[in-house]
Amino acid sequence: MSNATTRPAFVQHHFADAEQQRESAKLGMWLFLLTEILLFGGLFVAYGIFRAWNPEMFFNAHKALDVNLGTINTIVLITSSLTMALSIHAMQLNNRRQTIMFLLMTLIFAGVFLVIKYFEYSHKIELGQLPGKFYTFTGIAGSNPHIFFSIYFAMTGLHGLHVIFGMFAISWVLRKTLKNEFSAEYYTPIEMVGLYWHLVDMIWIFLFPLLYLIG
Amino acid sequence: MNNLPEPNYLSEPKGLKSWLLTLDHKRIGLMYLFAIMFFFMVGGIFAVLLRLELLAPGKDFMEADTYNQFFTLHGAIMIFLFIIPSIPAALGNIILPLMLGAKDVAFPRLNLASWYVYVFGSLFAIFSIVTGGVDTGWTFYTPYSSSTGGSVISMTLGVFILGFSSIFTGLNFIVTIHKLRAPGLTWFKMPLFVWGLYATAIIQVLATPVLGITMVLLILERLVGIGIFDPAMGGDPVLYQHFFWFYSHPAVYIMILPGMGIISELISVFSHKKIFGYKAIAFSSLGIAFISFLVWGHHMFTSGQSELAAMMFSFLTFLVGIPSGIKVFNWIATMYRGSISLKAPMLYALSFLFLFTIGGLTGIFLGALSVDVHLHDTYFIVAHFHYVMMGGTVMAFLGGLHYWWPKIWGRMYSEKWAGISVALIFIGFNITFFTQFILGGQGMPRRYYNYLDQYQPLHAFSSVGSWILGLGFIVMAVYLIHAIFKGPLAGNNPWGALTLEWRTTSPPDPHNFDQTPEITHGMYDYDKVMIESTLK
Repeated sequence: MSNATTRPAFVQHHFADAEQQRESAKLGMWLFLLTEILLFGGLFVAYGIFRAWNPEMFFNAHKALDVNLGTINTIVLITSSLTMALSIHAMQLNNRRQTIMFLLMTLIFAGVFLVIKYFEYSHKIELGQLPGKFYTFTGIAGSNPHIFFSIYFAMTGLHGLHVIFGMFAISWVLRKTLKNEFSAEYYTPIEMVGLYWHLVDMIWIFLFPLLYLIG
Repeated sequence: MNNLPEPNYLSEPKGLKSWLLTLDHKRIGLMYLFAIMFFFMVGGIFAVLLRLELLAPGKDFMEADTYNQFFTLHGAIMIFLFIIPSIPAALGNIILPLMLGAKDVAFPRLNLASWYVYVFGSLFAIFSIVTGGVDTGWTFYTPYSSSTGGSVISMTLGVFILGFSSIFTGLNFIVTIHKLRAPGLTWFKMPLFVWGLYATAIIQVLATPVLGITMVLLILERLVGIGIFDPAMGGDPVLYQHFFWFYSHPAVYIMILPGMGIISELISVFSHKKIFGYKAIAFSSLGIAFISFLVWGHHMFTSGQSELAAMMFSFLTFLVGIPSGIKVFNWIATMYRGSISLKAPMLYALSFLFLFTIGGLTGIFLGALSVDVHLHDTYFIVAHFHYVMMGGTVMAFLGGLHYWWPKIWGRMYSEKWAGISVALIFIGFNITFFTQFILGGQGMPRRYYNYLDQYQPLHAFSSVGSWILGLGFIVMAVYLIHAIFKGPLAGNNPWGALTLEWRTTSPPDPHNFDQTPEITHGMYDYDKVMIESTLK
């Protein structure tokens, strides 16, 4: 019987204690992040190879991207990572209201990122700066300019999907926070979503210079 | 009386819903087992039909296009739906937590999700079969795969989805092994099957995402023509091959490493002797996992990669022989002066040793550049691959299946019929595939529908072998299923093994153990345990 009283309700039956459960979740999440890096890894390799083959075209094509919008989006995402971290910090101090506020802010920043991305995309679609055989733009000198846009859309598109998935994950922990399921003792899901969100942010931090900045 | 111990995970809780929503690793493993055995049968039927068509040159009973689809489906189903999940997701799921003295895997919901993702992915594969088939081969090489007709998109989407199932299992196992071992079960006390699963899981987690992105790019290539793999648009089809084999070479170690883990268990248990070179076997699993990431280029010796790259890949490929050899010699040393009992699992382990050694050594032939240029894309490759995958992994899987069958069901199969079946399978296998080494050496190209008359006798011989092989599997299906219902009770530990899964009831309690088992001796300390029991 003593077991039943010392064992918190959030510990699943197959774990010995809360510590073991938390450590398992953390290790699992880091492994998952590793798979994400390798998923993007394939695209980074493709980027490197095609850049090496068509250096002039990449130089010319990167000017078609809007550095201002890219910079704003970078700032937006980094700020959202900050609010995400602050929401975890607030829960560690048992400050539920602040956690809710910071999670909402993170969601809003993620939305702003997508809206800006939408304007960037629609501008490119208008100009015909599209991947592969849909490429109709004529203003970029150099070999195979459509490849640049294939890679641009594949990388930012996959990243965009991750942002959308992250918004779902944040909404999920937000809902749990609203239902009062977390406390300073147990906030593992928020922490895990936070790790994921930082990874999404970090991938963008690599995408931004590679696509927008390198001349 | 002739009743199974109660409660056990098979009977409690009851109802279809309790199975479909179960979080119990044993039930999920069993559902995996049913699914993979179904696909093993489907893939096997394709194989027998292919061999039947090859009985004589020219058209026997199917069209050339049908033949192309059949060998693609045979390969894709056997690889993605059978071998990859066979040992880890089915047997590993059932046995791993028991071996660790744990109540379950670390993430039971993720485990169930992986089964549903697997089923979902396999539906795409079935959909592709029904709607026109795929004729690209299981490797989906561009530019053919981006230009041919048929259901390439749904098939590759299926492979993409199945990848997630594989990642989920691998991730779950790594965390389970790190965090859920019973108190006292240190890393170097773990059974070697666990080490095999651990090395496998690392590859699953690291390599599968790359296959995922490759399949996405291939689908985009077909859907919107992004041009990354299309030479006409400045893309590179060889890049596809690099991406594909960066996953798919490590993937063949996803298939063989858990099999090697099973063999380590079987040889020690049925020799009643402590495993020889425990650490060497454990580390060689990790060594194989590591080298597996550095050898993918040996699939591309004739694809136009640079000579320097080909030489390095050739050299690195030879390195795989070292950890594999370490394992084989340690197994033989374990048997030396052991008290060997030739039960069915041990017969499979011996078949493995014999066949895997042939498969491994012919792999060295193929790793040598000059020889490979001659043998590339011939039946020699087909024979080598089947000796490693079927002679290796499938033999180990069947050995494990027989070894743990009494634990899974609580009932024993017929040893006599098992002996007949293993003999049929061993003989049938060698007739089918050893012949193909000779065919390949003579220059018979793989995947060809038609062939010159001079190859006819050997082709016919190989086809006859496939019938013996098929018969062996039918016999096995009959006595294994019979054992589930009518077999004699097996008892907790029919083999006298020392790993933890034999300490609980057969079939196990829904919660595995009454209380967390205490580690009183090493998992292979047969000497110590036997002395203790005689002193009592």
